Amino acid sequence: MTAPVTTTLPDPFRAGIASGWTVIDASTLERDETLEVDVAIVGTGAGGGTTAEILTQAGLTVALIEEGALRTSSDFHMRESEAYPDLYQESAARRTVDKAIGILQGRCVGGGTTVNWTSSFRTPSVTLENWARVHGVDGLSAAALAPWFARMETRLSIAPWEVSPNENNAALARGAAKIGIPAAAIRRNVKGCWNLGYCGMGCPTNAKQSMLVTTIPAALERGATLVTRARAQAFALDGDRVAALTCVAMDARGGYPTARTVTVRARAFVAAGGAIGSPALLLRSGAPDPHGIIGKRTFLHPTIISVARMPERVAAFAGAPQTIYSDHFLDTLPPDGPIGFKLEAPPIHPILGAITVPSHGAGHAGWMRELPNLQVVIAMLRDGFHPESTGGTVMLQDDGTPALDYPLTPYVWEGVRRALATMAQIQFAAGATRVMPVHGEGTGYSRWSDARAAIDGFALAPRTTPVVSAHVMGGCPIGNDPRRAVVDASGRHHQLANLYVLDGSLFPTSIGANPQLSIYGIVAKLADGLAATLARATAAGPRASS
Amino acid sequence: MLHLPIPPPVPNLTVITRRTFLVAGIAGGAALAAAYWLRDRRGHRPVPATGTPLAGLDPDAHAVMAAIVPVLLDGGLPSDPPARAAAVEETLAAVALAINDLPPAAQHELSQLFALLAFAPARIALARVNPPWADAPPAEVAGFLDRWRDSGWKLQRAAYDALHQLVFAAWYGNPRSWPRIGYAGPPALLS
Repeated sequence: MTAPVTTTLPDPFRAGIASGWTVIDASTLERDETLEVDVAIVGTGAGGGTTAEILTQAGLTVALIEEGALRTSSDFHMRESEAYPDLYQESAARRTVDKAIGILQGRCVGGGTTVNWTSSFRTPSVTLENWARVHGVDGLSAAALAPWFARMETRLSIAPWEVSPNENNAALARGAAKIGIPAAAIRRNVKGCWNLGYCGMGCPTNAKQSMLVTTIPAALERGATLVTRARAQAFALDGDRVAALTCVAMDARGGYPTARTVTVRARAFVAAGGAIGSPALLLRSGAPDPHGIIGKRTFLHPTIISVARMPERVAAFAGAPQTIYSDHFLDTLPPDGPIGFKLEAPPIHPILGAITVPSHGAGHAGWMRELPNLQVVIAMLRDGFHPESTGGTVMLQDDGTPALDYPLTPYVWEGVRRALATMAQIQFAAGATRVMPVHGEGTGYSRWSDARAAIDGFALAPRTTPVVSAHVMGGCPIGNDPRRAVVDASGRHHQLANLYVLDGSLFPTSIGANPQLSIYGIVAKLADGLAATLARATAAGPRASS
Repeated sequence: MLHLPIPPPVPNLTVITRRTFLVAGIAGGAALAAAYWLRDRRGHRPVPATGTPLAGLDPDAHAVMAAIVPVLLDGGLPSDPPARAAAVEETLAAVALAINDLPPAAQHELSQLFALLAFAPARIALARVNPPWADAPPAEVAGFLDRWRDSGWKLQRAAYDALHQLVFAAWYGNPRSWPRIGYAGPPALLS
């Protein structure tokens, strides 16, 4: 039996700590802690990491607050049983309020970037045009963002992936070609990638250019303070300003708060805890919300799954997990028409496979025995563009932790049916001998016509048709109109002068693509503006600092 | 040193109680009240809001899961009886560990689901399993699981799904399950 893999590969993060970086594990605090910095940043994912690097480069002092734990490459053993509880929100079992949608979201230093599958897309132009036209967003046109995308692409080594796709992705390309729709290669943020296939469990070789190996080390090198296992509880408000941030230290496993607190006083505060965490922090803080929009319009790219059995070995657990996509069903539909979807392939490891295959007993075991021959396609639905697609609402549970209510409406289900049929068609075209549109008790079909007829008759419903999400977006939208947007064009809260939101919760709609590069580029632009604002305030003297 | 109290919840927030929603939806108010009344009388530990999480499955949860695990995993377990028994035990242990790693709100929810299923009238009326879980024939347990999987009641499907996810993650995260599914484990990185 395989023993846990030990590795002598370099671990630059641990080396950095040994060299004197300031990293505090709040679960070990014996007394309350107070920090004073220029900027307090809540969250260490794509938004928080990017912000921290840019602000420290500008000479500002920052504290990064992370609810999750610090895990670095030496801890990444490519084991789902370790990775999900260690690196994901709610052990990767986070769900919407009615349990209909499972949410994969990072909860660790580096946030989602530590566990994502490296897919990198610039924000589609149709999305940015919609924001400008419908949501009153200024300054985020494709042209205005191009240099910021370019800068972050360089920073994170985002480039075409020249290695052949694994068979799981190759089958998507082959099937798409057979039915006459375009598919293309996905750019990835990797440097010296070993093509292992375990991106979702933390990169053991530090090839993935996540925040954990790029911006956060750079910020720490410039004197930033990183506090882990600290839950940002609330901002303390003083008139139209945030005076301080109160955090509660979590226990060593991260589930329960301890009695210790960490208080951060700063000139400016940045919420970058992701599109569930940031709205929840604002709600807990009682941030002004005169139009009741905080946490509303939260989007998920609701994602559905189709499993195929191929005659040959696929080994979807090995090789870069996500390298081929098709936007045909986004590009051929207007964003505000019937819901469009992006087609991609996911990795299939034992746990991910086992919780995806419906039902139990012999039927389930039969599909699991085929694991090496399974090929999976996913369809990510583009939500937030149509009047009937208003997304979900972040709420607080009675212990103050957030939950997302996301009703699945007939508008979404119509797209689900279309996408299930399309995926089955592609998989049969790629050579599948059996296709299971993931639904109900998990019936498989051996002919496209049978699958098509069955899908037409499916009673689509929450928990009958599993829906998942790996992309949470929105809830603190950017825009000029305070009646519809939480933050202004600079990312600053419309009512609080020194509070900024710099993460995926800024988005007025979903992106229509894996969102990491959208967050990097947009946040880089806004964080650069924040650095300039704070520098001007410093030049004008301390009393003018806003 | 600056001392800032943690602000109390703001009154106009939308506050929901997810666990009550789930279990009340499955059971109906009366069955739930009865289950809790009995549970309290039997001296069950309350789940703490803060502090040390529960270690292991409580007796209710253990009884329910011990009956369910072999049925869910039927066809996916080793056929040799001692190896099969060990696999079930390891799965139960892994389920307990997984529950301990869930956030408090989710632990509450599961604890209430187990309390409900362990409550005899609910077991008979809702799960339609007549004997106590420890004596329930696999076919009867399978019938319960099939009905909740296919239930017209969204909340019963949600409960089925929670059990499905816990058990299948626990077993297929275990390297002992991998030979049967042709997975060799992660690659070794040592030179």
